Amino acid sequence: MNKYLFYPGCSMESSAKAYMESLNTILEPLDLTFEEIDDWNCCGATEYLGINLIPAYSLIARNLALAAKQKNNANGSGSTRTVVAPCSACYLNLAKADYYMQERPSLGAKVNEALQAGGLQYTPGALDVRHLIDILVYDVGVEKIRSKVVRPLTGLRVAPYMGCMLPRPDYKHRWSDHEHPTELDDLLRALGADVIDFPLTTECCGGHMTQIGPETAFELIRRLVADADDRGAQVMATVCPMCQMNIDAYQNEMNHFFGTDYHMPILFFTQLMGLAFGREPEELGIGVELVSSRNALAHIGVEVPVTQEPAAPKKKDEGLPMPRRWTKHEGKEVVK
Amino acid sequence: MPHMTDERVRAGLNREEDLSLLHEVSMKTAGVSHLEMCIQCGTCGGSCPVAQDMDHTPRMLFAMLRAGMREEVLRSNTPWICVSCYHCVVRCPQEVHIADVMYTLKGMAIQAKLYSDSTAPHFSQTFVDMVETFGRSYELGLASRHYLKHFPLRLPSMMPMGFGMITKGRMSIMPKKIKHMDQLTTILEHAKTLELTS
Repeated sequence: MNKYLFYPGCSMESSAKAYMESLNTILEPLDLTFEEIDDWNCCGATEYLGINLIPAYSLIARNLALAAKQKNNANGSGSTRTVVAPCSACYLNLAKADYYMQERPSLGAKVNEALQAGGLQYTPGALDVRHLIDILVYDVGVEKIRSKVVRPLTGLRVAPYMGCMLPRPDYKHRWSDHEHPTELDDLLRALGADVIDFPLTTECCGGHMTQIGPETAFELIRRLVADADDRGAQVMATVCPMCQMNIDAYQNEMNHFFGTDYHMPILFFTQLMGLAFGREPEELGIGVELVSSRNALAHIGVEVPVTQEPAAPKKKDEGLPMPRRWTKHEGKEVVK
Repeated sequence: MPHMTDERVRAGLNREEDLSLLHEVSMKTAGVSHLEMCIQCGTCGGSCPVAQDMDHTPRMLFAMLRAGMREEVLRSNTPWICVSCYHCVVRCPQEVHIADVMYTLKGMAIQAKLYSDSTAPHFSQTFVDMVETFGRSYELGLASRHYLKHFPLRLPSMMPMGFGMITKGRMSIMPKKIKHMDQLTTILEHAKTLELTS
């Protein structure tokens, strides 16, 4: 049984609930125990860093201090120095605070001065901050994951979308590449999925720009969705709640903006793992995505429960049978 | 700093503090920024997925910092358009912490009240307000406050999305609050009195 400290992050309880539900189903088969950091707080996302530096880092470091305390209290068997974050933004913030407090000792001193006001303290470097997929690929291993597959995702064409904040800036050299990492590809292949080449795998989803500069964000979302669609993906797989939110919840608004008509569902990679491990869609939060994965998952014989409106009836193809991607954009894409 | 000669004034270096702007930004940035090491190669702008929406590419902005153009830099939309994707950071041959420098510039622009489009600073501030109140982010509160203020026209096209998020249980109606909010408040209040100077 491998034990880790767990920092869920705010999204896991709300917009990315499906990520949490599906994650819970894969822990036991993979002999993993996640112990939640008691009373953790928000990491500040990308917002606090631009407002006030020392408070922003103190906010992040409170979590590290609590985790380190929990590690020390659990002394002896089963204790761990690894903090796992399933959200790329949380992962980066925690890793960044830990790294910069070391790189710039004066930052470490100021942050600790603030922490001490609340009776806490953190020695940078005391913990390893890692992302969920890092644990699954490098600690658990692709072979073990493959051995748990009872429903291979054969025939499901998946675009592996790693996002930007996971493989970069990569302070501790954890990833195979900064721009074209293969960890997610390897994992999805182990599930039996038909993993497509997806060169935009680490391009940005727009982050908070959907809230403050939607036109900038829509263009980033369009590039990702259009490329996945062009390459014949039926579904995208993500490792990050923010990427899922932007591609899923804002796809409709993006379609309006460009006059396009994309329907590219995006699921958390843990949801696909759960399916491959034999779980049912209801247990994995499948069906709460706004761009339904119903048609995509029908390819592997999985029926997604209808939670709201039924999927729009498919239009009958007209004319000669052509590969879908050749006819898709005709007259639909409007150049800005 | 030597006394300003007429030649230096004619060359555009008319204020001594101009010369220290680059250093000031570098010192205020978390970690060791390497900002002084920029060789103006332009790899950053060439790697940027959103450069087309920026007033200045990062390279240009760093040249302006070196030239002491404080007001122009702090008025630029560049730090606010930056999506923190770190493409430039991993490609920069001088290892400048470009994304972190952008965070520093945002903070400085807010303090100097120079950036005219308030959408982004308000969003950050609203997010921070939620975190300082609850210790957690509160998506519904954040979204409703932000959209009503800055994007009322987007609301009709966003309604189905918001409705979907709520009916599918992906947006909590009530905020979650951490147990030791008082501890977090004390930490943050103390942190606000501190500045990174060395």
